[in-house]
Amino acid sequence: MMNETARETTRPVFPSPLTSRCLVLPVNHVDTDQIMPARFLTAIDKAGFGERLFHDWRYDAAGQPLAGFILNRPDAAGAAILVAGENFGCGSSREHAAWALVQFGFRAVICPSFADIFRQNAIQNGLLPVAIPGDFHRRLVKLAEMDSNANLTIDLETRTVTVPDGQAIGFPLDTFSRIRLLEGVDEIQFILRHEADIEAFESGGPRRGVPMACSPDPMPAP
Amino acid sequence: MSTPRTLFRKIWDAHVVAQPPGAPAILYIDRHYIHEVTSPQAFYGLSRRGRKVRRPDRTVATADHSVPTGPVDGPADPQAVTQVAALETNCRRNGIVCFGPGHPHQGIVHVIGPELGLTLPGMTVVCGDSHTATHGALGALAFGIGTSEVEQVLATQCLLQVPSMTCRVEITGRLQRGVTAKDLVLAIVAALGTAGGTGYVLEYAGAAVRGLSVEERMTICNMSIEAGARAGLVAPDDTTFAYLRDRPYAPRGGAWDEAVAAWRRLPSDPDAVYDRIVSLDAVAVEPMITFGTTPAMSMPITGDVPDPDDVADAEIRQGLRKALAYMGLPAGRPLLGHSVNVVFIGSCTNGRLEDLAAAAAIFRGRRVAPGVRALVVPGSRAVKRAAEAMGLDRVFREAGAEWREPGCSMCLGMNGDRVPPGAWCVSTSNRNFEGRQGGGSRTLLAGPPAAAVAAVTGVVTDPRIVLEV
Repeated sequence: MMNETARETTRPVFPSPLTSRCLVLPVNHVDTDQIMPARFLTAIDKAGFGERLFHDWRYDAAGQPLAGFILNRPDAAGAAILVAGENFGCGSSREHAAWALVQFGFRAVICPSFADIFRQNAIQNGLLPVAIPGDFHRRLVKLAEMDSNANLTIDLETRTVTVPDGQAIGFPLDTFSRIRLLEGVDEIQFILRHEADIEAFESGGPRRGVPMACSPDPMPAP
Repeated sequence: MSTPRTLFRKIWDAHVVAQPPGAPAILYIDRHYIHEVTSPQAFYGLSRRGRKVRRPDRTVATADHSVPTGPVDGPADPQAVTQVAALETNCRRNGIVCFGPGHPHQGIVHVIGPELGLTLPGMTVVCGDSHTATHGALGALAFGIGTSEVEQVLATQCLLQVPSMTCRVEITGRLQRGVTAKDLVLAIVAALGTAGGTGYVLEYAGAAVRGLSVEERMTICNMSIEAGARAGLVAPDDTTFAYLRDRPYAPRGGAWDEAVAAWRRLPSDPDAVYDRIVSLDAVAVEPMITFGTTPAMSMPITGDVPDPDDVADAEIRQGLRKALAYMGLPAGRPLLGHSVNVVFIGSCTNGRLEDLAAAAAIFRGRRVAPGVRALVVPGSRAVKRAAEAMGLDRVFREAGAEWREPGCSMCLGMNGDRVPPGAWCVSTSNRNFEGRQGGGSRTLLAGPPAAAVAAVTGVVTDPRIVLEV
């Protein structure tokens, strides 16, 4: 599907199979304002978001870690999998949320469902979104809460996740995203392999349905 | 006769540049809006690999999220100043038009795009902001993207995309007096749920939608993302064309006539098939308010806050309990009469001229209640000029409300405008997430009349009482 020029490894790859402990955040509709509050978005680079991941759930008003929060548990470091509730990453499109999760050390998020934009942002950053059915998710949460040292294994080649009791289940991921995560495809390079098509399109090639009158006038020079 | 197509499918089909085997389609992007918060890392990514912006003439920048809305020469967060400066530098280096601070076209990206005629029916429009869905009100396929995708569009003017499913949201009847488009979309989001629209493009249709102004349609499309849908659409019609005519960047003369003729072919064909259809009766919609920490947690303003003990589903019960604990609201009790500390009127949802006029109708001849801070923030410089030409600024000031400079302001608490911890804010913005308006802030989303009424009474109040509906 992809030739050698499209395989330049400039995008993060997913280390499949991934075996790791997990942290459980049993909350539905975790929005990206919780993952990364807006007041930290004035940065112009990607540095330092990991320390602020889940900031307002993780620290008190004085900036001290809140003992009850999962990221503050002594064994939090080294867990590469986050297990959360449904519709994870809803709200704002801020990719800073995905950067923060990766910088903290997460390589995958497992939950019953993801918000669309977050899902894309996660894949762009080598963070694997693993959507599993609700009943299997409930069992996983129970097992992980019983034994916080139990390991999960995520195999991206076979698109399966294996939980501590040995049960495995498949998860959906389109082939292109899987290859992108396994091989680190540079999407810009991939698109630019079709540069001739883009040029033809721009010069008024066949545009079915909507004629060129719908195309915007060029902007005046600044 | 070819296969009947939806509005979404017509726009999609017209923008597929190529369909590589085993990969998403390469979709052409007509208009790319950028702003200071989600673009700097994309520009850095480009320059690091020695890439250029392919079509600066299809890219438009403005500064909105982190700009202060206080007096023009007032204090500003140095990091936000750096961020806006980075936007201006990146635009200058790459030949991109930038409506930065002080520019007469500056404003919230989703307010200025439509009002300048930069967004037109049938276009594909993207921006590194989830409320890009707003532009769908003009019949453009518009959706939010992350910073990596911003970089891709800058470099290629294309995105790798798979087509969304389509959902027709049929809204029958007509909104009652005293009920706004904001109330309607809060009712839609409540009906669909926070994730009910995930994977779909929502096409709003039906008599109620036809009767809405373009600004009202923008309020509806804007909050599509609060139901999980990346895009909302309204088919273009005479209302759309009347709105766009003579806008600064809209086509003129013969090009205008040609464009309108083409736009008339965009609406979904009568027999077009949708993946899903939901319907809602506009007549039944009342002024709405949120009580929880997702935009779907809303109710008629006269209603009682739901009691978690009445909820059968354990997960939903737990979520509701958590939300009410954060909000500091008692279960099973009315919200009417609940005290309010801050009122925010503005944002890409409700920061346009009609919104400000609706609020001014209530502020006129009244005073902001003691102890309440009320902010009115126009969505753009153009909205500000138009409001001032109508004397609305005087109405707000005389009532004791703050009339501020354009920007995202208190919608997201990253520009100095924040709700204090624990305070309740009736807000015309789009999200009531924990801490959205500042750490510990408690947001009650509502329409402009309900927000203005809360400001003058100091408590949650049914706007119909003041409007004498």
